[in-house]
Amino acid sequence: MHAADLSSNFFALFDLPVSFDIELDALSARYRDAQRAAHPDKFANAPEGERRLSVQMAARINEAYRVLKDPLSRGRYLLELHGVALDDSDTAFDGAFLMEQMELRERLADVKNSADSVSQLRIIADDIAAHDKSLITQMADLLNEASAESLQQARNVSRKLQFFRRLNEEVEALEDELGDY
Amino acid sequence: MALLQISEPGQTAAPHQHKLAAGIDLGTTNSLVATVRSGKAEILPDVEGMHLLPSVVRYCETGAPQVGAIAKQSAISDPRNTISSVKRYVGRGLADICKGCSRSEYEFVDSDSSVPRIRTVAGDISPVEVSAEILKNLKLRAEETLGGELTGVVITVPAYFDDAQRQSTKDAAQLAGLQVLRLLNEPTAAAVAYGLDKGSEGVHVIYDLGGGTFDISILRLNRGVFEVMSTAGNTALGGDDLDRIIAQWLIQQAGLDPSALSAGQMRATLLEACRAKEALSDAEVVGVSLSVTDGSVADDAVWQGELTRTQLYELIDPLIQKTLSSCRRALRDAGIDVDEIEDVVMVGGSTRSPRVRELVGEFFHCEPMVDIDPDKVVAAGAAIQADILVGNKPDDEMLLLDVIPLSLGIEIMGGLVEKIISRNTTIPSAKAQDFTTFKDGQTALAVHVVQGERELVSDCRSLARFELRGIPPMVAGNARIRVTFQVDADGLLSVTAREQISGVESTVQVKPSFGLTDGEIETMLRESMSHAQEDIAARMLREQQVEADRIIESVESAIVADAQLLSAEERSQIDVALSELRKMRDGDDPRKIKQAIEALNTASTDFAARRMDASIQSAMTGHKVDEF
Repeated sequence: MHAADLSSNFFALFDLPVSFDIELDALSARYRDAQRAAHPDKFANAPEGERRLSVQMAARINEAYRVLKDPLSRGRYLLELHGVALDDSDTAFDGAFLMEQMELRERLADVKNSADSVSQLRIIADDIAAHDKSLITQMADLLNEASAESLQQARNVSRKLQFFRRLNEEVEALEDELGDY
Repeated sequence: MALLQISEPGQTAAPHQHKLAAGIDLGTTNSLVATVRSGKAEILPDVEGMHLLPSVVRYCETGAPQVGAIAKQSAISDPRNTISSVKRYVGRGLADICKGCSRSEYEFVDSDSSVPRIRTVAGDISPVEVSAEILKNLKLRAEETLGGELTGVVITVPAYFDDAQRQSTKDAAQLAGLQVLRLLNEPTAAAVAYGLDKGSEGVHVIYDLGGGTFDISILRLNRGVFEVMSTAGNTALGGDDLDRIIAQWLIQQAGLDPSALSAGQMRATLLEACRAKEALSDAEVVGVSLSVTDGSVADDAVWQGELTRTQLYELIDPLIQKTLSSCRRALRDAGIDVDEIEDVVMVGGSTRSPRVRELVGEFFHCEPMVDIDPDKVVAAGAAIQADILVGNKPDDEMLLLDVIPLSLGIEIMGGLVEKIISRNTTIPSAKAQDFTTFKDGQTALAVHVVQGERELVSDCRSLARFELRGIPPMVAGNARIRVTFQVDADGLLSVTAREQISGVESTVQVKPSFGLTDGEIETMLRESMSHAQEDIAARMLREQQVEADRIIESVESAIVADAQLLSAEERSQIDVALSELRKMRDGDDPRKIKQAIEALNTASTDFAARRMDASIQSAMTGHKVDEF
């Protein structure tokens, strides 16, 4: 029973329906209450076995919250629950997407030599954020439709999102460099 | 009429008996101990009424080391044996310690052990041992004031401390004979002290500039839950550095050669720099003087000059700007706009500087909060947390959800880092990743654990190395090795590597590359006890008895509360293990008690897990009722 509960899905852990559309406030409130019940601070005086158990349980609650909170990881998690393979190596992208990626990367590469690199970087970050937002909406619709075909499409959208997220990480790394964080 | 109950002699009294607990702020410059009395956190003074214990230890040829103000007095006359700011060296390798400071005040020696040691008249001393002396002093102060042995303590660490620095702090506590309930991040401790006083909800920033470290934490408060959203900082930037940069300026102005200064002169210059800095809080200009000889000759030539406030700002502003860069990064990582911030709490002695307050206020568009003494707020928060953890407030709603400050990963081919847990992940955390072999027939795998944000292993901090051996020979790429990282609530990492097909497993509690080994700690503990053998045996027996009482009480009360979650068979197994443990507990063999504890633990683990699941489910059910 114990093992089964640890592997039960993240939505069930918070007693939420398995769906892309979740109330973030409700999720946060449930997360906090789940931690109130399981966190190691509540077991500081418990025997060692229970303390270990509580660390595992609290770690799982944290992980569940992290995955469900972010729309991309929530979407990919749903795809996994639907049995859609997430193997990242074999995705064919349309030409337009690839061109766009190349263009953004070139702009990013030019930032370092630019006179106002910080504001240039800001513009690129805003562009990425806009793409991110519209792709999330697309992915949400496809996931809610939940046909075999739409789930495949949702997977492709999630792959595109990952490209933007990676690009965003590079923007942040460059920000750190420029800002001497 | 209800009869009054009297317990049997020698038995523990009521389970809610008040236990002695303390919070310790182990600072770079000063350390403090606090406790909760009559519901309020109080800093405990020494016999002379002083609250702050200078974090200075002087080693003498004979006798015990001196700690605190008395040691600090020797900083100039006996600089080599008087160790201050040891927190800067804890958990660090020699290369790191020497990096950044052109001239160290101490003589560091490389030893067989990976831990650098400082050469003193009392022998070569590791930074962990120096910290332990400070902790012992505070422990004694607390136990004498409170009139009993401490059940447990919460020790604070900079939020930006890495795994090695945290582990070393815990080692120091063990050497000092303290039971650590939790390592608590300093900014979070400060938030506890403030948050409970004001009960304010929303997003708060804690700006903590101590003597040697800088931390920024962004927290969201919600009905007693403190959720850290992000943290950033610098463990090698603090008020000391402000002093250092002013001292450099003084040396330059006086026309002295920095490399020719004696250790004593260096200390004197730093003290003068600190004095000038503090004086400029009120004055526009201050006179400064520096002895230009080493003091050994009678005609002590003195250089005299002055430092203006404008000049001071020119010197220290770049350092303050560095802290603001960290603030920017923390805001970004939290996904928060400056305007969403409710307030900024100032912590650490260095935030007394009006210039720091001014620039921080400008950055966050608000007047920084300085209601609680910035030197005492961390210890007060730690005391409140200790009081709760030790069990004195069973119904308290407070919960602290903290994060790891730096990403954790392992080295992969090409000297690159694969991140497994990223920075600002809430702890406790557990994550697994699969790896495979590189060569045909490879039977061992070297796991190198690192911490940091950079892509190259050489740019990150090396935490530990271990090997997984005995992998059956397979074609390259066929083995599936699952590496699991688990970070506990203290922010400490343990790593497991397991080959999935054969089941070969290897586990390490990550002992930092620059930390003491368990063997070294045990040796030090032995040496510190007068009648080593008997003491250790007695201590082991007592520890096992305490743990036995703990599990017996826990299982018994669980059965009373939730017997319906047990099958008849499980119940009888637990009963057998319980009565066996009760028998062993009254014996004198710690190993037998330990075995019986493990047996009871095995028999009751599923039951405990089910109870935890049930309590989470019931918390969720509460929401369902609320929402419909």
